[in-house]
Amino acid sequence: MTGTGTALGAPAVRREGRRKVTGGARYAAEHPLADRVHARPVPATVARGRVTAVDTAAALALPGVLAVLTHENAPRLAEPDDPTLAVLQDPGVPHRGWYVALAVARTPEEARAAAAAVRVEYAVEEHDVTLTADHPEAYEPETANAGYPARREYGDPDGAFASAPVRVDVTYRVPPLHNHPMEPHASTARWEGDRLLVHTSSQGGTAVRATLAALFGLPEDRITVDTAHVGGGFGSKGTPRPDVVLAVMAARETGRPVTVALPRRHLPAVVGHRAPTLHRLRLAAGADGRLTGLTHEIVTHSSRVKEFVEQAAVPARVMYAAPSSRTLHRVVRLDVPTPSWMRAPGECPGMYALESAVDELATALGTDPVELRVLNEPEREPDSGKPFSSRHLTECLREGARRFGWDRRDPRPRSRAEGPLLVGTGVAAATYPVLVRPSTAEARALPDGTFVVRVNATDIGTGARTVLAQVAADTLGVPLERVRTEIGDSDLPPASLAGGSSGTASWGWAVHDACTRLTGRLGGLTGRLPDEGISARADTAGRADADSPYARHAFGAHFAEVTVDSVTGEVRVRRMLGVFAAGRILNARTARSQFIGGMTMGLGMALTEGSTMDPAFGDFTESDLASYHVPAHADVPAVEAHWIDEDDTRLNPMGSKGIGEIGNVGSAAAIGNAVHHATGVRFRELPLTPDKVLAGLSGPAPAPTSGRDG
Amino acid sequence: MSSEPTPEHRSDTVLTVNGKPHTLRLDHRRVLLDVLREDLGLTGTKKGCDHGQCGACTVLVDGRRVNGCLLLAVSLDGCDVITVEGLTDGGDGLHPLQQAFLDRDAFQCGYCTPGQICSAVGVLAEAGAGHPSHVTDPAAPSGRPVPLDEAEIRERLSGNLCRCGAYPHIVEAVRDVI
Repeated sequence: MTGTGTALGAPAVRREGRRKVTGGARYAAEHPLADRVHARPVPATVARGRVTAVDTAAALALPGVLAVLTHENAPRLAEPDDPTLAVLQDPGVPHRGWYVALAVARTPEEARAAAAAVRVEYAVEEHDVTLTADHPEAYEPETANAGYPARREYGDPDGAFASAPVRVDVTYRVPPLHNHPMEPHASTARWEGDRLLVHTSSQGGTAVRATLAALFGLPEDRITVDTAHVGGGFGSKGTPRPDVVLAVMAARETGRPVTVALPRRHLPAVVGHRAPTLHRLRLAAGADGRLTGLTHEIVTHSSRVKEFVEQAAVPARVMYAAPSSRTLHRVVRLDVPTPSWMRAPGECPGMYALESAVDELATALGTDPVELRVLNEPEREPDSGKPFSSRHLTECLREGARRFGWDRRDPRPRSRAEGPLLVGTGVAAATYPVLVRPSTAEARALPDGTFVVRVNATDIGTGARTVLAQVAADTLGVPLERVRTEIGDSDLPPASLAGGSSGTASWGWAVHDACTRLTGRLGGLTGRLPDEGISARADTAGRADADSPYARHAFGAHFAEVTVDSVTGEVRVRRMLGVFAAGRILNARTARSQFIGGMTMGLGMALTEGSTMDPAFGDFTESDLASYHVPAHADVPAVEAHWIDEDDTRLNPMGSKGIGEIGNVGSAAAIGNAVHHATGVRFRELPLTPDKVLAGLSGPAPAPTSGRDG
Repeated sequence: MSSEPTPEHRSDTVLTVNGKPHTLRLDHRRVLLDVLREDLGLTGTKKGCDHGQCGACTVLVDGRRVNGCLLLAVSLDGCDVITVEGLTDGGDGLHPLQQAFLDRDAFQCGYCTPGQICSAVGVLAEAGAGHPSHVTDPAAPSGRPVPLDEAEIRERLSGNLCRCGAYPHIVEAVRDVI
């Protein structure tokens, strides 16, 4: 860094905080516009088939109804890159919940009544929504999500397994999961002449603009996308979703500003979900605990609409030293809603399975699970052979163990009880890759001594306004309060999305470079600045996305203490503690909130969150917040996040790694491992709800799936 | 579009919101949440589920916390409603809970925050009035204020979901104002 180094890392208070606690922050459906109307989509009620007739007469006869759009009358779109956005373009129904009509009316109540009055007839076809490990249509794709090769293999993992003195061969299942940000997806669109203005709840407004330009055949400079405040996303708003396309269509058809605010119960079918993953892990180890083979194979589902493959076997390519390995993804295309990104796609379910299996290996060996992980630390990234830019997993494990009081643990399962409560503790590791994308930014110096940084970053709750001001202040060498940031508007310099834990690194790099250039320009000037100030721009294309000779990942360690009620089967978390090594932490205050938030989502994944694809109806059974239980206050006890500051110069000018997702990686495994320690029973299917736990506690001992030969 | 709604589907309703009386001719289907957001422009009250499952729409009606999405507005004729916009003192001053939420970084995306804060205002009043919760010691004397320890706060705020997982900081914020 070129600056004073005083602003970065400081626990600066979020700049939009006051607006959020007073109700003044406006989200996508909340912009006061004269004549604005409301649109409500109509979801398909069959799992597979096509629309044969739509009767809109009854809907159109209702008070306040302006239009009903269907595939027969909706504006034609150019073919989208993302086929989930081709809404109302043809009669096909690829899954239940796919939108088949849109009712537009003056008020939300009138739109809701109109949507309910639309009569749709279907030609129904047989559907299949059931994922099984041996599904005959399972295939090996070329790549999994994010472009990872579907298969990687080195050495002789099968031979290593066959000859290993200690083996673990286990299967795990992670069910479908839903993002459920608190703000349901919403968009407001209005046309002003040939200009299109959109307020949308998205993790990246620059991509929304590009998508709308392509779909509606408009130059990008005639579209403005506002994403000033976004009520969470967790991946489900990473790219445009149907709400924004429908809002623009309806605004064009009616000539009025239109808001499409998706009902909560629609979300599971139309905004993406974490696909279920069926895992098989085979760990082969010597009697000394060193891995000789590591095989992680997963089967997952995608929709008929597009191929999305949860890259759950990818973290096994990063974590442990093993001379032989196979990591493999297979996918089945079913008549299900299209899966997509959910916080730490791949790493989150993959590390649940891997870190649970490592715990099983520790049990089989009679080794402490912290020590087993330390023993198998690799010198280089196992799959690529690249050196790590920095890797402090051992330090995270040691520091976490110290803070948690791990040394006081009796390692014997079911060794601690308090009345009917069985008490246990568990540990798991975490990893998440360093992702960074090209962005542009502008920095301007004004005559009053203040600075403005402009970049189309999106604040989905991370505090982007604040941390980017910190980056700028640090680079410029000025006090933080003299820097203002403008974000969340596509008229600003284009930037990448808030996703893949890449936002701050990507935007911050561009901000840093713009500020560095501005400093250079100001150095050559004397006298008062012109009224409009002096500005400098930067574009990190070609540098931010350049290949690195280093393997770059964040790491972490989770510790959890649980109680398991031997009468009811209820698992409660008493405390969670995470230690992370994620480069330089740029804002101690907002970073802590992100880590804790990720850990909390992991708690939900472990204990309460699970969706079921109903085989008869082809629908997610748990489609609302009453049936899909995200953690509530009472579920979340003391959650502590700590970090080890890393000095890694091979990342970006700030030296930061992403922090948005790693808290969610491994936390469910730590809880599951604690449940095993408490009960002596290994549960291998999430979530660990009382029905499963009680059956496991009262049933016969589970069949041994791991153990020492001979 | 067809004709206007028939008059029998609308009723005049008087609501006092943040101290200001409003006479509104309301669609009988309209819930308090949509009156606040659509008729009065008070969008600080959030719509997270519209089904009483998330608490983002929590406001105070006659001093008690309610889910605004579950109450038909015409049934509230004559009621006094306080929203997050009405918690400030009218000037720059924040309600102590609003300040505590800022101080503790008790939110991220901010969408559940107005509901959390309004709910916490209700919690303080309920505990002060001696209302027990699921975790209150059954042997505690009735009618006396219930001390709000962490377990009480968590239990009483469990109707307000936060997907960003700000719960530990929210509990700290509420404790700050006790």
